[in-house]
Amino acid sequence: MRELELYFGPQHLGMVGNFSITLQVEGDRILKATANPGYLHRGFEKLMEGRSWIKNFPMVCRINVIEPDSMEMVYSMAVEKLAGLEVPERAQFIRTIYLELARVGSHLFGLWAYASMLGFDTVAQWAMYHRDLILDLFEELTGGRVYHIYIWPGGVRRDFPDGFKDRIVKTLHSIGGCVPDYDSTFFNNRLFYERAGNIGKVSRAEALEMGGTGQVLRATGMPYDIRRIEPYAAYDKVPWNVPTREDGDAFSRIWVVRDEMIESVHMIFKLLDEMPGGEVYNRIPNPFKWRIPKGEAYVRCESSRGELGLYLVSNGGKNPYRVHFRTPSYPHGLTVLEKALVGANISDVGNIMISLYVVAPEIDR
Amino acid sequence: MGKLSLFGPFSAIKFLFRKPKTLRFPFEQKETAVRYRGFHLNDWNTCTGCGNCADICPNEAIIMEEHPEIETTPGEKNERPRLDYGRCCFCGLCVDICPAGSLRLSRDYLHIHFDNATFTVTPGDDSTDDKVFLPEDQYSILKASLVHRRKDYDGFSPDINFSLFDPDRVQMPEIPPSERKMSFIEQITGYNHEEAVREAERCLECGLCEDACPAHMKISDYIGAIYDGRPDESLRKIYEDNPIPSICGRLCMKHCEDACSLRLRGESLAIRWLKRYTADTINNFKETLEQQPASPTGRKVAIVGAGPGGLSSAYFLRLMGYDVVVFDELSGGGGMIRVGPPRYRLPEESIDKDVAYIASLGVEFRFNTRIGRDMEFEELLAEYDAVYIGIGNTVSRSTGVQNSEKCLLALDYLEQNKTDRKTVVTSSIIVIGGGNVAMDVARESLRLQNIQYPGRDTIVNTVSLEDWDELPATEEEINEAREEGIIFNPAWGPREVLLDESGNIRGLLCMKVKSVFDDEGRFSPTFYEDRNMVIEGTMIIEAIGQGPDFSFIPKKLMEKIEFTERRKIRVDENGMTTLPGVFAGGDIVNINLDAVTAIADAKIASEGINTWLSG
Repeated sequence: MRELELYFGPQHLGMVGNFSITLQVEGDRILKATANPGYLHRGFEKLMEGRSWIKNFPMVCRINVIEPDSMEMVYSMAVEKLAGLEVPERAQFIRTIYLELARVGSHLFGLWAYASMLGFDTVAQWAMYHRDLILDLFEELTGGRVYHIYIWPGGVRRDFPDGFKDRIVKTLHSIGGCVPDYDSTFFNNRLFYERAGNIGKVSRAEALEMGGTGQVLRATGMPYDIRRIEPYAAYDKVPWNVPTREDGDAFSRIWVVRDEMIESVHMIFKLLDEMPGGEVYNRIPNPFKWRIPKGEAYVRCESSRGELGLYLVSNGGKNPYRVHFRTPSYPHGLTVLEKALVGANISDVGNIMISLYVVAPEIDR
Repeated sequence: MGKLSLFGPFSAIKFLFRKPKTLRFPFEQKETAVRYRGFHLNDWNTCTGCGNCADICPNEAIIMEEHPEIETTPGEKNERPRLDYGRCCFCGLCVDICPAGSLRLSRDYLHIHFDNATFTVTPGDDSTDDKVFLPEDQYSILKASLVHRRKDYDGFSPDINFSLFDPDRVQMPEIPPSERKMSFIEQITGYNHEEAVREAERCLECGLCEDACPAHMKISDYIGAIYDGRPDESLRKIYEDNPIPSICGRLCMKHCEDACSLRLRGESLAIRWLKRYTADTINNFKETLEQQPASPTGRKVAIVGAGPGGLSSAYFLRLMGYDVVVFDELSGGGGMIRVGPPRYRLPEESIDKDVAYIASLGVEFRFNTRIGRDMEFEELLAEYDAVYIGIGNTVSRSTGVQNSEKCLLALDYLEQNKTDRKTVVTSSIIVIGGGNVAMDVARESLRLQNIQYPGRDTIVNTVSLEDWDELPATEEEINEAREEGIIFNPAWGPREVLLDESGNIRGLLCMKVKSVFDDEGRFSPTFYEDRNMVIEGTMIIEAIGQGPDFSFIPKKLMEKIEFTERRKIRVDENGMTTLPGVFAGGDIVNINLDAVTAIADAKIASEGINTWLSG
């Protein structure tokens, strides 16, 4: 059969985000896939070198639209490490709750993308609605729905409003009450398995070799989670599990996502119970004068898509000297995706890509 | 994982019979959260135009726009922030940096308008703008825009606990009242390096202070240099406008701190103490400043009075290359600064440090030389190309009440106590006056009592016409005096000094003050004649004000000098009096009676003399 070169994206219904893949196909089968990023390059890392430590803070979140919060977290962690700032314990709890809410929100958003990709529009609508309920919580806590600009060096930007704990619990209960509906309509749906089972298989060895983290690795049975390996914020203050599955296919990855959401909700309930009182912010030095001592830091956290790292260098000045993000979508969207697509059907390209949770703005930055 | 099923999904059919979750906008609306970060609000009444919002904005969405209709006062510029919503990312950093707390975000975010020029806007708020901000019943979501907004709809607001500036100043270490009142030990011990850097860090560099400083010192720069750990650079910046930092660093009236934007919701920056830190940290001014006078002009300038004004004009003129001679009747430099402020506020070594540096530039000081006594004023005019008069207010006024000739006068008293022959005080002293000089006299008296009568009960009373809220002394001085145990009798006026049989003072008869100022704000005290009080005391010092002594100027020249209606010498924009070649500044020209104003005058006059002599 004749080989064809097929351009998939950036303008394509099955493509989420400004990203494209060049496919070598023979009939419906993919022989080779070449990821083609660069449509969303905004030069954040370079831009940050020209801005003061605090002016970067409203910007880092914009690197990832889906889950801006873990970006704020790594930036704050790195700045705190370089500047030797302490974070009050209550702020650590608030950060953790906030990050877990963000994880649930991000996973729901991913679920929307994935379900609508497969044609499960009902579930997609539910996921979008439930994400919106979480955005309502963010709006109340931070004043913003998408870009919260909330975790800043030294703690968090504002304390919980009155009665906020109860509203978190209420919202999460109302979302949690729909889990049986999600299960019967989607996760336990035979059709879902038919579309996702054995699709986009990545073995553990392959995932490890190519820098896969997050669901990609956990779906191969490896409980690799930065929150567990290198606990930050308050992740070591309450017990929680790392959900894993064995098969390494799209189906397993989405199931890991599902279990993770439930685990996150349980974790939030525990954190809310254990949350101490006190301050939530240790004042940073005057932003116009703030110089951070010379040094370099690498910090990492577990974003909803995998390991998110930040390498930050200060040469003792008012701006960062060098910023580099290690974003999970980078290996997932380039190497892992190229590998997973080989042998797949054209109709599964979007399916596999979203199951790998590729977020284009993270790749380009 | 449950059992995979093909029929399970049909359970979702039940949702067909439920109410939809989607809001039918705009007929159904969701209220934004209380903390919502929407469009800006700015209270123009509290906004000072400091521009910190524009400086912090990561997107340069804020520019400061001038509004000539706003009257600029010390601590307020006539600028207000203008927002470009094409750039704004609603991060709210501007809210958290705003020292005034005037800038905040509202809960509205919709902008519907046919004119894209409305996208940039100078935000006001409901307190100042009724046209844009409408009550809920007149507001329509269909017209929601930056020119049609809802009243009482504040969102993300400033919170001092989360501000990006530090409202609390680094406490200045000082000797506690119980200890300091026993001797003339300097009360303020000064910042150490770490404290000074920490305090300097608080400066937001908005420059409101620089506009308020009479001498327009480059405050942001010299404080920035302290923060950078470079006191030498700091000193150079200070010396551009002020050649007496050791003095000013101790007793400047700090108009700058009254204008500091941090004062609005916290404590103003300790600008004066930071200047003092620089002046005290650097031992050798000459080596650090490396200043050289310009090539000699061959012209000579005489300066009458070695006070702050005289010292400053000597410095500025010497740097311009003039031969400068300073005449003063005292034995050292400093003028009234040397006489007035007691040692615990300003040790003489600090004055001498500043004077010595100016002398090292080649300025000639002729101390113990009183013009009019040791040398005639006309000789000066003949010998020198220009004369600067900076004599200050050197004569204490008396109340003139009955037997007031038995009282001591403040300046005589303070001056004598600077010598080895200190006044022998009594154990019960009354000070008449409520200004800073009265505070100096009272607190000095207390110290003399404690030294001369150790362990005995002593008392110092002050009597002032002004009530607590009107006392002319600074709040700081009043508080420190009270901490040390000075008794205040505000709103009482002296009526008669009471004497005993042998003619010694036994007390002061006072009457209650009705009002101090008349309707036009002029000093014109009225009393309740029938409400009297006797304050007991065996020594009374009058500290009700000072005036200048022009007796050294011959009558026929004096007639040519014009005075203003407030009895100050009239000078032109170059600091020149109506007598050609004679310049003046400081207390005899200005209503502000303080050192930094005298420095500012001296700077103007120095430029004036330079223009006069070169033109």
